[in-house]
Amino acid sequence: MLPLIGILIVVAGFALRLNALLVVTVAGMATGVASGQSLPQVVAAFGRAFVENRYVALVWLVVPVIGLVERGGLRARARALIRQVPAATPGRVLLAYLALRQVTSALGLVSLGGHAQMVRPVVAPMAEGAAERMAERAGGTVTTGLRHRLRALAASADNVGFFFGEDVFVAIGAILLIRGFLEQNGILVEPLQLARWAIPTALVALAVHGTRLLWLDRAVARAVAVAPAATDASAAGEAP
Amino acid sequence: MSPALVTLDQVYLLMGVLLLGVAWGHARTPGRWRAALFWGGYGVLFVAGPQLGDLGAGCLVLAMVGLATWGLEGRSAAASPAPPAPEPEGDRGIGNRLFLPVLVVPVVTYLGALWLPGVTLGGVPLVLPKQGTQVALGAATVAGLLTALLLLRPPARAPLDESRRLLDAVGWAAVLPQALAALGALFAAAGVGTVIAEVARDYLPVGTPLAAVTTYAVGMALFTIIMGNAFAAFPVMTAGIGLPLVVQQHGGDVVVVSALGMLSGYCGTLCTPMAANYNLVPAALLELPGRHSVIREQLPTAACLLAANIALMWWGAFPR
Repeated sequence: MLPLIGILIVVAGFALRLNALLVVTVAGMATGVASGQSLPQVVAAFGRAFVENRYVALVWLVVPVIGLVERGGLRARARALIRQVPAATPGRVLLAYLALRQVTSALGLVSLGGHAQMVRPVVAPMAEGAAERMAERAGGTVTTGLRHRLRALAASADNVGFFFGEDVFVAIGAILLIRGFLEQNGILVEPLQLARWAIPTALVALAVHGTRLLWLDRAVARAVAVAPAATDASAAGEAP
Repeated sequence: MSPALVTLDQVYLLMGVLLLGVAWGHARTPGRWRAALFWGGYGVLFVAGPQLGDLGAGCLVLAMVGLATWGLEGRSAAASPAPPAPEPEGDRGIGNRLFLPVLVVPVVTYLGALWLPGVTLGGVPLVLPKQGTQVALGAATVAGLLTALLLLRPPARAPLDESRRLLDAVGWAAVLPQALAALGALFAAAGVGTVIAEVARDYLPVGTPLAAVTTYAVGMALFTIIMGNAFAAFPVMTAGIGLPLVVQQHGGDVVVVSALGMLSGYCGTLCTPMAANYNLVPAALLELPGRHSVIREQLPTAACLLAANIALMWWGAFPR
């Protein structure tokens, strides 16, 4: 049971909201020491694993590109673009992105998306732009809290779309991992069989998260209508 | 000598140069020496990680963690060195072409990952098949950067300044996914997964097909929450519960069980701060006040999808 000390440290550290990087490092050290290694051995093992996993951080290569287009006004452009679409609401914008992310992931185009590449510069500003338009029509404002909620939901749409789209593609890592694992255990399966069983969950994911995103519009409508009434007494009496 | 003309090492070099450039910018800003050391150390790990030796690399990572804990100014908005350039509302005749660099990156990544591994020059492969995606990503970001430079013609120091602004918004969370991957390796080496699977098997109900399916699916989700990665949870839980109990003891269909087992793990990924690159990094990137804001929005969806996976696995793996 001693190896589980690392898990305890992680759970406690996250619960106490300590610096996550520190928590993870201490948990790694404790796990290694608990399994009987000396401290220098554990530090070396952590260093080796850290260097071996450098590919995880390669997403940050895109940072100069995103920084430059943001400097050129991309986020304002995304907001302005969506405001020209009369039917756009935050919920519909995010639903469209969820569906697009799922379909492209299912076709193997997993790189078309991501939080640094797509959500921050394009999707979140579009959702905010659509909310601003709703607010202008209702004579209200988009509060900071609502903006934050829209951004968090934009990130969630990317995650849900990606996770529950990619497994429909036969050559994706997850499918190959399942196949390889079963092969090691003497069971041969075709990637296509596995991918087929990802489709029902993909549809449920689109339905569940999509419905929640569309419900968002009602919350936005309420929020932008109520916001001025809370600060400005003269606007009272305009109940939705 | 090299097994391929372009390898992952060149992509790491590119990343290291970017980080060292960011560190250089911090070094020239008064009061930012800790940030300079942090990003500089990270850059060294990319440029020369394997040459440092395991212990050297480990010590450097520990030093970075120390800097991140005491004095990197975390992800607080006040840490931004230069106030972000005001985003011009009027367009400078560029219009919607501004989206072009953002689209160049994924399209080139996709095409590159598809075609690069098949190319050989003088009998030497251009890239190794296993590294195709990462090399393509490196090439795509260079292509995206060139597109942005041609389109916007910014001052020469703008790319590094803007990188510094974005990475400062993310702070040490940028390193977290890699540290968690390293933690996963340490957990695996210490046999954490085996212990978890034994506990689950010995103390949880597995007597009927539905109970076994539920235990396996919930176990996948919970172990993914702990590890932050369904790929790490899958072999452990499937070898511990999925194959022996659901498939062999109760006669469930192995394709359905394993496919939906992995998807149950993804429900856990939606709920855990350990999946930092999906849940914590976006909260930092989007400048949200709560570190767990993204997770909070995902919890209801994750719960519904886990229930759906259990129902689908039960219905699909045990046809009546």
